[in-house]
Amino acid sequence: MLNIDKIRADFPILKRKIYNNPLIYLDNAATTQKPQQVIDSVAEFYSFKNSNIHRGVHYLSEEADCEYQQARETVKEYINAEKSSEIIFTQGTTDSLNFIADTLGRSLLKKGDEIIITEMEHHSNIVPWQILCNQIDAVLKIIPVDDNGTLLLEKLQELITDKTRLISLTYVSNVLGIINPVKKIIKQVHNHDILVIIDGAQAVQHIPIDVQSLDCDFFVFSGHKMYAGTGIGVLYAKQKWLEVIPPYRYGGGMISEVNFENTLFQDPPQKFEAGTVNIAGAVSLKTAIEYINAIGLESISSHEKKVYSYTVEKLRKLPKVTVYGNTTDMCGALSFNLDNIHHYDAGTLLDKMGIAVRTGKHCAEPLMNRYGVQGTIRASFAIYNSIEDADALINGIRKVQKIMATK
Amino acid sequence: MNINSIQDQIIEEFSELNDWLDKYEYLITLGKSHNIYDEDLKTDKHLIAGCQSNVWVKTEINNNNVILKADSDALITRGIISLLLRVLNNQTADDITHADLYFLDKIGLKSNLSPSRANGLAAIVKQIQSYAAEIGA
Repeated sequence: MLNIDKIRADFPILKRKIYNNPLIYLDNAATTQKPQQVIDSVAEFYSFKNSNIHRGVHYLSEEADCEYQQARETVKEYINAEKSSEIIFTQGTTDSLNFIADTLGRSLLKKGDEIIITEMEHHSNIVPWQILCNQIDAVLKIIPVDDNGTLLLEKLQELITDKTRLISLTYVSNVLGIINPVKKIIKQVHNHDILVIIDGAQAVQHIPIDVQSLDCDFFVFSGHKMYAGTGIGVLYAKQKWLEVIPPYRYGGGMISEVNFENTLFQDPPQKFEAGTVNIAGAVSLKTAIEYINAIGLESISSHEKKVYSYTVEKLRKLPKVTVYGNTTDMCGALSFNLDNIHHYDAGTLLDKMGIAVRTGKHCAEPLMNRYGVQGTIRASFAIYNSIEDADALINGIRKVQKIMATK
Repeated sequence: MNINSIQDQIIEEFSELNDWLDKYEYLITLGKSHNIYDEDLKTDKHLIAGCQSNVWVKTEINNNNVILKADSDALITRGIISLLLRVLNNQTADDITHADLYFLDKIGLKSNLSPSRANGLAAIVKQIQSYAAEIGA
């Protein structure tokens, strides 16, 4: 059993009062709060270790370089990549997905190729592919979801043709919290020589990840949704792909030789990290992973599952509530609506009670269209959320229903 | 009544509401009683697409005054719209263009006007004022 009070004490922001109420932070799918350890690591880096990496001969530069490489090593261990050179630091999931769409578009993909995504993707896993398809004249195909939010995998087989080159899908839905059977999907499509990209933004903080066992070709995620700072993210790719795809950006730090006629690039990962990288961000990610590891992701996962299931059960018992997503395999995000109450009104009133949820389309308009809704209310959970937080949400919802019934 | 007298009147009304609950209940009541009979209003032509709630606004000119019609699918936004219309509807284009909407701050709703608030209110005020400025010019 985790000592949640002790964990909560690590997060200074949780002591804040919002409109004189204790903060109930349930917007973790947007970004998680940061433990003191992560905050301190960034302050310490800038206070005592700050220097640019890769190029300095001096002590501080080497020390900063060492910190940065350790962060890469820590990420490698966390997702069990084979080599640390398979870990590229990016600005986040969106950046990683744009990176892949751009570089594959300039190398392995060509006119007429087909790309498959799902109906539940975040815009960041839709738009880059859509734009790429327009640019190179490729075709975008969609795996639909059923009413429960489950992917209709029988449709996947129908979508696959000899022109299908890649599938990019989310591990966990940022709206519904549904966990997709990615391992099964990867196995299925690899029989057809299809590349697989997994958006792990809503998975890495809840589910242990083993990219070798998953056998995905690419795996991407953000630091800030797993207790690290903003602006740091990860692109994992199998080494063989990193050897063949071109750099995403060009500049300093990624070349081995430059003259006015030609430029030679460094090997991965440096080849893909042009310019001054987010060193403090990488340090914060390393510290966040160490924080998670110290508690144990399995323990975190089982605690979150308890709070999540408790909330779903309570929500379903409330009158006039529609919960979207209905499987047993869910984590993180939980979407619902209150009958005849606009999600924006509900969110506004919950906010006044100190309860932070997200309302709207959650950057997933196609999924909103699938359900025929303008938006939803989304509560999303992290390690520090307690049963008390869930109760506060349920009571808050009751209060919203009462207030909205005024006159 | 001129714009500032109406604003002062609203501030006076809100000063009697003690806490956020009373205030929002009042806004909800206003939202519920804000009925616009204009089938043309809630069409794409008048939609100010916000991320969270849809807001529709329609502007017309009658003699020298600007006639405003506006609505939202969210009730709280609707309540605020009804206040906004109470202040700005049927005023002259010139008065609307130069109006300082201080009442929103005084009644504690200023945060609703920040451009990052996705309720479309900042956009609705901007649209009304730029329309008025156009006519006034």
